[in-house]
Parts: sequence; structure tokens; C-alpha cells
Amino acid sequence: MVAFGQFAEVLIGGLLAGVLYSLVALGFVLIFKASGVFNFAQGAMVLLAGLALVRPLDYMVAQGFPVWAAIVLGLAFAAVVMAASAWLIERFVLGPLVNQDGLTLFMSTIGATFIIEGGAQMIFGSDVYPLRLFPTDAWFLFENQFPGGILVNKLDVWGGLIAGILVAGLAVFFQKTKTGRALRAVADDHAAAQSVGIPISWIWFVVWLVAGLVALVAATVWGTKLGVQFSITFLALKALPVLIIGGFTSVPGAIVGGLIVGAGEKVAEVYLGPLIGGGIEYWFAYVLALIVLLGRPQGLFGERIIERI
Amino acid sequence: MLGRSLALGAALLGLAALEEPALAQGAGEQFLPRLVYRTGAYAPNGIPFANGAADYYTMLNERDGGIGGVKVVMEECETGYATDKGVECYERLKSKGATGAAYVSPLSTGITFALTEKVFSDKIPLLTLGYGRSESRNGAVFPWNFIALGSYWTAADVAIQHIAKELGGMDKLKGKKISLVYHDSPYGKEPIPALQLRAQKNGFEFTAIPVTHPGVEQKSQWLAIRQNRPDYVLLWGWGVMNSVAIQEAAAVAYPRDKMIGVWWSGAEPDVTPAGDKATGYKALLLQHPAGKFAVHADIEKHVYAKGQGVGKDTLGQVLFNRGLIDSMIGSEAIRTAQGKFGKKPLTGEQVRWGFENLNIDAARIKALGFEGMLAPFKFSCADHQGADMARVHQWDGKAWKVISDFYTADRSLLDPLVADAAAKYAAEKKITPECAKS
Repeated sequence: MVAFGQFAEVLIGGLLAGVLYSLVALGFVLIFKASGVFNFAQGAMVLLAGLALVRPLDYMVAQGFPVWAAIVLGLAFAAVVMAASAWLIERFVLGPLVNQDGLTLFMSTIGATFIIEGGAQMIFGSDVYPLRLFPTDAWFLFENQFPGGILVNKLDVWGGLIAGILVAGLAVFFQKTKTGRALRAVADDHAAAQSVGIPISWIWFVVWLVAGLVALVAATVWGTKLGVQFSITFLALKALPVLIIGGFTSVPGAIVGGLIVGAGEKVAEVYLGPLIGGGIEYWFAYVLALIVLLGRPQGLFGERIIERI
Repeated sequence: MLGRSLALGAALLGLAALEEPALAQGAGEQFLPRLVYRTGAYAPNGIPFANGAADYYTMLNERDGGIGGVKVVMEECETGYATDKGVECYERLKSKGATGAAYVSPLSTGITFALTEKVFSDKIPLLTLGYGRSESRNGAVFPWNFIALGSYWTAADVAIQHIAKELGGMDKLKGKKISLVYHDSPYGKEPIPALQLRAQKNGFEFTAIPVTHPGVEQKSQWLAIRQNRPDYVLLWGWGVMNSVAIQEAAAVAYPRDKMIGVWWSGAEPDVTPAGDKATGYKALLLQHPAGKFAVHADIEKHVYAKGQGVGKDTLGQVLFNRGLIDSMIGSEAIRTAQGKFGKKPLTGEQVRWGFENLNIDAARIKALGFEGMLAPFKFSCADHQGADMARVHQWDGKAWKVISDFYTADRSLLDPLVADAAAKYAAEKKITPECAKS
């Protein structure tokens, strides 16, 4: 019974941790789904969004603003910064590269990553900035059934709720709105979309803006967990196996992929790790991703690509 | 085409013109490369250390005209705490200035491992204040490494001594469970041999739990700790790993006052992200605490009051103070070497003589403005560590408070470990251990 309680705790903790990875993975999916670009800069965008939120927030609190007002204004400022960065990326990075192949666009996002990372630290600082928007303590459930109960972290639950709301909102956006359908058309073929009158520069601005806002949401949760600091950019590496498993084009896939990666790596680290020296969870996530890749290259929920030869 | 060639030629000439005065300027100056990380994942910890180290030399230049009248010229190179970049910085800067690098202080165990062989041939001392290869204490095998004031084996031993004191004696360690949560890198792995030795001697159960760089996700490690319930957890982290560990410990309700960090896991950036949850957390002190002492007043007067310096915002923080000590030890080694070789820019080989003959007694500590921060220490050819002392401080939610007297690591236990590891290294690299002819 004790062993089952411990296993349940690790599994639940892993599933919830996986949802937090999904928050970052969603930004990748959005941009890939809408523009066919693998956005290497998504981790850097989470850092930029977090810094653009926490620095003004801290300043306003220090100036005597009510905390709620500082949070609202801080979020608004960060949203403006993400909109500005979306415009700059479209205008100076992707716009000039319309109709270039995917690899060229991917390389351009690598360049954007380093510029965003350097610029964000230069403007907002490179220290650790604590952010406390959500509770970080834990519930201990079923204490009568299991000694010590089953630990569930409140921040993880908040992350799960936020991810659920995001997925629902994005599903509606992509399926039910004109802009959402235009985004999907651009993803299929830039040139064809342009030929039927879809304004590609506007569409790319919108998709990078939405991805920037998703990065801001991820920054609120991860910033509460880690403090806003450069290390947040490493979350991109945690999101990558999530994308491979879930599929690069599926919003629900990002969530399912996150659940699989989170649960898989935590269970492996706790139960398999001690037998082989520990520290396995980072690469174990990629083992899971490779297994899926071999069986289903487009990911569990990705679109199967059939091309006429 | 011709126009382009002319433009290129003009540009090269321009560069050469810029280069020449710089070389001429360096003729009477002591050059010091500074390997720092002010950006990247470890910047929150790297910045205050780099600030303290730089501002100390600026103070010497402003107050005394340098060391013995020889102005010190510094050049920072950003390593990002990455070993490859650190080696690149070292290669770029080692030959600069009139006499090349006086010494190098990389603030990274990984870079230290990579440079240990290079400094042999380049004849440049490697100052590793409280980090690096623990066996490099043995100066006969590692003539260029100076692991000043303490190694990770010193730290591990002192941490166990403190736990024993809290428990009521060394005999009370028997049967206890102590876990080490460590950064899965050469740095994090360093204390393991000393802790295994202690576990064997004192009869406690020791478990080592690795955390992969950079340590942003540690849920599984702390769930394992919640299940295993060790009596104490030692934390050997750096950067974000420390604050995440403290927050995860709080999440699994592991008592923070049963956690003891190494001296690289006990600074302000490690506890502030966790807020109130860090209250009670303890860490070792590489002798010195946070706070301001006489040397800080000199920096405020001779550096900040003149609108110079880089670290005003970090003045008095734990890692700022460690940066000060790093530069104080380096500058005193140069000063000592000047006593033998004259007041002029010195080579790395000459500065090494200064390190090996460095003797910082209580009077000198007071004269330098470090009274209250350090106990006396002395290097020799055989001993490149010079001291074995550490204290413990505890975060009270707002500030670090020193909670112990000085502990002295048990050399009867650690010296054989140093001797074995150094002998193994000497055999592997075909080094004949001998102290320098000086």
C-alpha cells in the first residue's frame, strides 16, 4: 500500500510537471502550425516575457502601487513588449525570407534566439527576479489511506488549469475564426496562401504575437517556480521531446506529449535512476521521443504528410 | 575591386594603429585576465563575484597606484560558465600585457579541470578559491594550481562535523541517513569520495542524488527524498539549481534547517527566489560572511565615490565578498613576488613564487581590511590550499547569520585522500612530484 501511494505520488507529480512543459511546447506548436517554422526562439521568448513582466511589476510595487494593479499593468506592459518583438521578428527576420525553405527559416530563429536572450538581459538585467503569482505549497491527499498522503503541488495544478484553458481557447481560435483558418492556410503553403489574398505579413505577426502571449503565460507559471532568470530558456529543451511525441502541429498533442514525457521521466528517475546512477530524466525523455518517432514519425497527433510524387 | 582592396587595407592599418598604443601602454602594467560570467544561466552568481574581484583591483589602482606602484590592467572575458568558452578566453588572454597573464581565476571547476594541464606548459598560476580539483592541494604534483582556503573535501568534512555537532557528537552519526543532492558535473561530484570515506568511518548511510544541468526541474529527486526521508541533505548546487532545490524541499515539506549547502550554495541569489520558504536553510561559509568590513569602506571611498567600479549594488553580498578575497589573495601573491623580483610587471612563473611564499597573518589581514572575514593562512610548496577552516551560516528570511564558530577539517582523514588522488594523477600524466626550486 505504501509503495502504491509512493508510485501514485510520482506519477501524479510527473503528469502535472509534464503539463508545465506543455505550456512551453504550445508556443512551438502555434508557430509551426501556422507558419511551418520551427521556432528555436520560444525559450528565449519565455525569458523576455518573464523579464518584461517582473521588472515593471517590482518597480511599481516599490513605488507603492497596489499589488493587483502592478500585476495588471505588468502583464499589459509585457504583452506590449511581446507584440513589439513579434512585429520586429516579422519585419526584419521572417518577412524578408518568405518562400525560403524551412531550414533557412529555422536558422533565422536561431539568430533571433541569441538576439532576444542578449537584448532581454541587457535591457531588464540578468539577475534572479522572484515572481509570486501562484501558490507554491502542496496538498497532501488521502492521508488516511497512505502514510504521509499523496503530495500534489498547488502550482502544478494551477499550471494544469491554465494549460487547459489555453488549449480550449486556441482550439476555438484555429477552428472557428477567419484568422485561425488563414493561419492554417499559410502553414500549408506560403505562396498559395498569398495567391488567394491572405496577407502573409499580417498573419505571421498575429501568430508570433499569439506565441508571445503563450510565452507570457508560461513565464507566469515558470517564473513563480524558478524566479525569472536566464535558466528559463532551457525549458525549450524540455519542450522538444513533448513536441516529437505529440506532433509539431497538434495543440492537444502538446498536452498529451507533455503528460507522457512528465510521467515517463519522473517514474524512470525515481525507480530506474538509482539502479544506473541517477540523473537520467533529461535523456530518458528523448528515449521516449525516439520510440514514438520510430513508430509514428509525425508524432501521436501530428498530421500525416502525403505528397504526390 | 581596387576600391574594396584599398578600403580593406585602410581598415587593417586602422586596426594596427589601434593595437600599437595598447601594447605600449601595457609595458609598465601588470596584466590580469578575468574569466567571468555576467550572462547566461549562472550569471546571478557570477556577477557579484566578478564585481567584487574587479572592484578590489580598481581600489588598489585608485588608492595605491596598483600593487607596489605597478598598475593592474584587467580584461574580462565572458565564459558563460562553459568549459569550452573558458578555455577559449584563457587562450586569447594568456599572452596579453607586458608579461602575459599574472594568474588566472576561472570560477569554474570544469574550466579548472580543462586548464590544469595547459597551465603546466604556459607557466601561469591557476587560483581556484574554494573550488577545483581537491587533490591540487598537493603542490608537488600540481605546481600551478592554488586551491586557496578550502577544497570540496574540506567542505564535505566540515558539513559532516556540523551535522555531528547538531546531533550531539560524532558517535550520533551512526545509523543516520545523509543524502547529497549534487550538480551532475565535475563540481558536484567532487565531494563524493570524502563523504563516502566519512560514511564508512562514522557509520551513516550515504546516498548521492544527481541533478542534471542546469537543475530547473528536480521534482523526481525531491520526491525520492520525501520517500527516503534522510536525516540531512547536503546541497552541492550552483545557480538556479540551488533555489529550485530549496523550493522543492519546501514543496515536499523537507525541513530547510536540515539542509546544508556547500559555500557555493549559500549566497543571496540562492535563497531570495524561494522567499519565506528558504528560512532556516543553512550553508557553509568559505570563512567569510556577508556584510561590510574595513575593506568595503575603502572601496566605497576610493572607487564608488569617484563614480568608478561595477559592483555598488552587490557590495557586501556573500559572493561579492568572495570576489574581493579572490583578488586580495592574487594581489598579495603578486606583492610577495615583487619582494623577490622587483616592483615591475611579473611573469606567471614569478607570481607562482609569490603564491607559494604567501603568508597572510592576522596583522596583514587587519592591514588589508579583512579582519573578521578571514583567519590567517599560509601557502607553501607542499600545501597549495593554506587553510582548512569553514563556518556555517543560516538564512533567517532576510539576511544570512553566522551560526557557528570555525570548524577545521580533519586532515588525518583527508590528507591520505589527497595523496592517493595526486599520486594517481602524477602516474597518469607522468609527473615527477617535486617542489619548485625557488
